[in-house]
Amino acid sequence: MRVAGRGLVDRSRTVRFSFDGHHYEGFAGDTLASALLANDVRFVARSFKYHRPRGIMGAGSEEASALVTVGKGAGQDPNVRATVQEIYDGLVANPQNCWPSLDYDLLGLNDLFAPFLGAGFYYKTFMWPKAFWERVYEPIIRRSAGIGALSGTHNPDRYEKAFAFCDLLVIGAGPAGLMAALTAGRAGADVILCDEDSLMGGRLNGETLEVGGMAGADWAAQAVAELASMDNVRLMPRTSVTGAYDQGTYGALERVSHHLAGRAGRPVECFWRIVAKRAVLAAGAIERPVAFPNNDRPGIMTAGAVRTYLNRYGVAPGQRITVFGNNDDAHRTARDLVAAGVHVAAVIDSREDAPEGAGYEVIKGAVVCGSEGRKGLEAVSYRRANGAVDKVQSDCLAMSGGWNPTVHLTCHMNGRPNWHGGIQSFVPKPGAIPGMEAVGACNGAFSTHRALVEGAEAALRALGEIGINGEKPVVPQTEDAPYRIAPLWHVEGKGRAWLDLQNDVTVKDVRGAAQENFRSVEHMKRYTTQGMAPDQGKNSNVAALAVLADATGRGIEETGTTTFRPPFVPVSIAAMGAGAQGKGFAPQRLTTSHAESARLGAPMIEAGLWYRPSYFPAAGERTWRQSCDREVNMVRNSVGVCDVSTLGKIDIQGRDAGRFLDFVYANRFSTLKPGKVRYGIMLREDGHVMDDGTTACLAEDHFVMTTTTAAAGQVMRHLEYVHQCLCPDLDVSMISVTEQWAQFAVAGPRSRELLNEIVVNDVNHDSFPFMGCGAVTIGGVAGRLFRISFSGEHAYEIAVPARYGESLFKLLRARAGALGGGAYGMEALNVLRIEKGFITHAEIHGRVTADDIGMGRMVSAAKDCIGKTMSERPGLSGESREQLVGLMPVGAVKQITVGAHLFDPGAAPVRENDQGYVTSACFSPTLQSSLGLAFLRNGRARHGEDITMVDHLRGITTRCRVCDPVFFDPEGGRVRG
Amino acid sequence: MVELVAKSPCAGLLPLETGAVRLSEMEMTRLTSLAPKPGQEKPLSESLRAAHGMAWPEVNRATGKEGARAVWFGKGQVMLIGPEPEPQLAKHAAMTDQSDAWAMLRLEGEAAEDVLARLVPIDLRRSAFKRGHTARTMLGHMNVSITRIGDAAFLVLGFRSMAGTLVHEIETAMKGVAARQGA
Repeated sequence: MRVAGRGLVDRSRTVRFSFDGHHYEGFAGDTLASALLANDVRFVARSFKYHRPRGIMGAGSEEASALVTVGKGAGQDPNVRATVQEIYDGLVANPQNCWPSLDYDLLGLNDLFAPFLGAGFYYKTFMWPKAFWERVYEPIIRRSAGIGALSGTHNPDRYEKAFAFCDLLVIGAGPAGLMAALTAGRAGADVILCDEDSLMGGRLNGETLEVGGMAGADWAAQAVAELASMDNVRLMPRTSVTGAYDQGTYGALERVSHHLAGRAGRPVECFWRIVAKRAVLAAGAIERPVAFPNNDRPGIMTAGAVRTYLNRYGVAPGQRITVFGNNDDAHRTARDLVAAGVHVAAVIDSREDAPEGAGYEVIKGAVVCGSEGRKGLEAVSYRRANGAVDKVQSDCLAMSGGWNPTVHLTCHMNGRPNWHGGIQSFVPKPGAIPGMEAVGACNGAFSTHRALVEGAEAALRALGEIGINGEKPVVPQTEDAPYRIAPLWHVEGKGRAWLDLQNDVTVKDVRGAAQENFRSVEHMKRYTTQGMAPDQGKNSNVAALAVLADATGRGIEETGTTTFRPPFVPVSIAAMGAGAQGKGFAPQRLTTSHAESARLGAPMIEAGLWYRPSYFPAAGERTWRQSCDREVNMVRNSVGVCDVSTLGKIDIQGRDAGRFLDFVYANRFSTLKPGKVRYGIMLREDGHVMDDGTTACLAEDHFVMTTTTAAAGQVMRHLEYVHQCLCPDLDVSMISVTEQWAQFAVAGPRSRELLNEIVVNDVNHDSFPFMGCGAVTIGGVAGRLFRISFSGEHAYEIAVPARYGESLFKLLRARAGALGGGAYGMEALNVLRIEKGFITHAEIHGRVTADDIGMGRMVSAAKDCIGKTMSERPGLSGESREQLVGLMPVGAVKQITVGAHLFDPGAAPVRENDQGYVTSACFSPTLQSSLGLAFLRNGRARHGEDITMVDHLRGITTRCRVCDPVFFDPEGGRVRG
Repeated sequence: MVELVAKSPCAGLLPLETGAVRLSEMEMTRLTSLAPKPGQEKPLSESLRAAHGMAWPEVNRATGKEGARAVWFGKGQVMLIGPEPEPQLAKHAAMTDQSDAWAMLRLEGEAAEDVLARLVPIDLRRSAFKRGHTARTMLGHMNVSITRIGDAAFLVLGFRSMAGTLVHEIETAMKGVAARQGA
């Protein structure tokens, strides 16, 4: 219920929202949790494993219990902490992990079987029979466990990633963080101040204490206003720093529009990578619950959260509130409640020397040992030191077992925190993250005064280290109360005492782990799941360690902590991978002829990042094969045009360019004369074939190398490596010109006729003989012409600067059409090259040698080259190798399929009898037969033999004849034609 | 007589304006990569100054001005943007025409830094990346060259073949930034 005159919410702005199908009203500035509590809704969730009714435990990102699903449909957002979600008009939130409803949850039955379902139950029970795990047990367990669910459909929401840089990153905008940011901001440093909350100020907004003679919240607002006025300070509210990484890099999740009804183009979240020269960690502390029997009922909360709801949101989470604690801080809750006119039933303090109450009764030396009320707290029972048990009617219990500094980020680089006996908790180990210093409550300094002082001092130290002079600020007057605490982790009694509410782990589970000899803290974590998943031990870690320490007879310090891992709060994959949905996954590389090819209806296939036309469908063609066959015939009989710009092109210049090429190619290039082109193969250092292509000599010290499309980047990198590391003394420089030139194959018996129509120069057998090259002019544009062929036909490749690519493609296609030809795509290109036995990366797939593909003699004996020595190792050539052959079907079955394996006729088609495999296959319209390229053991000696091709995957068996891989025009008459 | 028509890499895609940021395509011009021959750095630097009036840029720096710039482009590489290179430079450098290889974009406006911060992993704050600073870096998944050419203006060079993706990525970031400023 609301409390008059309290809170920082805007009571003039009513906000309407729904939860679990019911409509409610709250105020601007409310979280879903505060608005629900204001409406007296306490039961909001079902627990992870036992489906126990749960309420709201905390008031910040540490919330382990009140997890809800926000929104509906494709973009619904599961596991949202109600304490973090701000309300807006039209917000739809629903409970999760319950069916058919929150009130009547079928799997609530699990709770009745709890005695059997403790930690370790699954490991022991679902072992046999073995096959049942995957098919029976796991699906059932998965269905019953778990929390929220995604919609299962494509998420249409936009997420964002961004990078930021600063001198000082301040994490947390409580008193310590604000003071650090003010100190650095005033010194002129570039400051980023991140805070998880929508309203900066930290505990100052949840307490009634004064700073500098004004309300703490007002001082915070004033500090934020001053920071906002500085150009060198960036305020990032709603931003959780999620991880600390190497070299001052921090991950941070900004909730950009979760709190808005209309996103209007804004991303939902932005995942930041912040690089900071120095960082101040002012993450505060998290209050820990006490594990007493049935301490998980809706209405049982941390004492600090109750103060936050009262002072920040003007909400009393109950009408008769009992406070339970082991430290002085808990008494603040009682004082604030009484001052606000809320009834405090009692303060139960485990310490005999607890302070006296002021307007409320303090029961000293007593502990809460039980609770009642299935879907909401109704009463708590407590036990006095003499063993007497009493009951107090109460609908809310505000408990405090002390505060745990939020050390998480300091542990992200494997630092372990130090035990601090004075506060009965762990504090950050100084220097655990280079360049980051923890201050204030996060550093175990629990008074506001100490927070302000440490914040200012740490900022000055950080600035000094990076050479910025700052001035020591005057720290405003505020409370400096001592933090008095006596350890209290858990209360014995009948019933389950919960440690980890998110993972449903009890004191008994932890003891059970110790009993089963999972005594190491990391083993206990894995056995019980305590502190796993989104929670990362925020609430339960220290208490669970204390119980384990007790069970194993060790101290807490000796027991140590588990590992706190990033992210500090859950980060959606959508935010981390922002921008990578759909086509954002990789850039599209389009050729200059792309738009025209698309206009002609050519379906595209991807070759690396490139998009290349598959085929160009003509009127009346219904299948790709019809188009492909026509295009092949066109090239064989008239002329075809194909965009080959995607092949890598590398400009190589320098006095030693020829020598360099001799070193990287297996065959010789230094003898190549200007105006000539040569085919070459390149080996990797291990002697296997890396790539093949042609290199043209434009001038004595100027070459243009082509690579395959797939290996363009790899070859460029290889050449740079060879030059920089292996022969840096050579006078050679290289640069990619793939993007500079649009290049088209013009192939077929009428190719020369076509070219002579468009180029100014006379293209004839003398000016451009086979494997010749030279400059040409087309429509006033300087281009290059290469007489090379990947189709076995009389063919050329013509190149112009890319700006003219589209224009030239249109021109070539139109002129080809007039000669009975046209454009052809990748399918036809593939058929043409298979007919000729030309290899692609289907054949040179990384495991073949030059000898395997019948090019052993290309590895020049007269010179050295990369990979030569290694290629001469035994076992890399000869009869034992699988060698490139051609295959043609000779039986009734005519299909040859890529990936099929080869077996001797009559041999069982099993691995032991494997003779090789098919790498390329097509139907050749020229030869009216299926053709295959394959690697066959000792294949060159087996031309003419029969072999059985078996495709186990597709269930095809084909009798084939082994032949030379060059099926068509083996003499090469056409190419020279 | 045939005629070839030139088409710029971002034809039909630009200009774009969102909020306080404008993205436009620079007019196609001459781009020449210069790679000094062994031991020729000094004479090349002198020739460059004599021929085109700008100093040879240091690593991560750009010299010259609008219409004639020399932009460091990688190890042992400088891109001369604008002028037709004087032939005498060839004595000291391997020269390669790259006029058609790069899409040249100009991103300008108060929020231009914020837009690039969504895409580029390096520090482009005015204090760290001043006018005349340049970098070869990533924009999304793409290899680019970025130069600050004004207080709030950047020259972005990306592969011609990726011009569509380049424009799309920047446009998306521009919209996101503009939407937030409306908050």
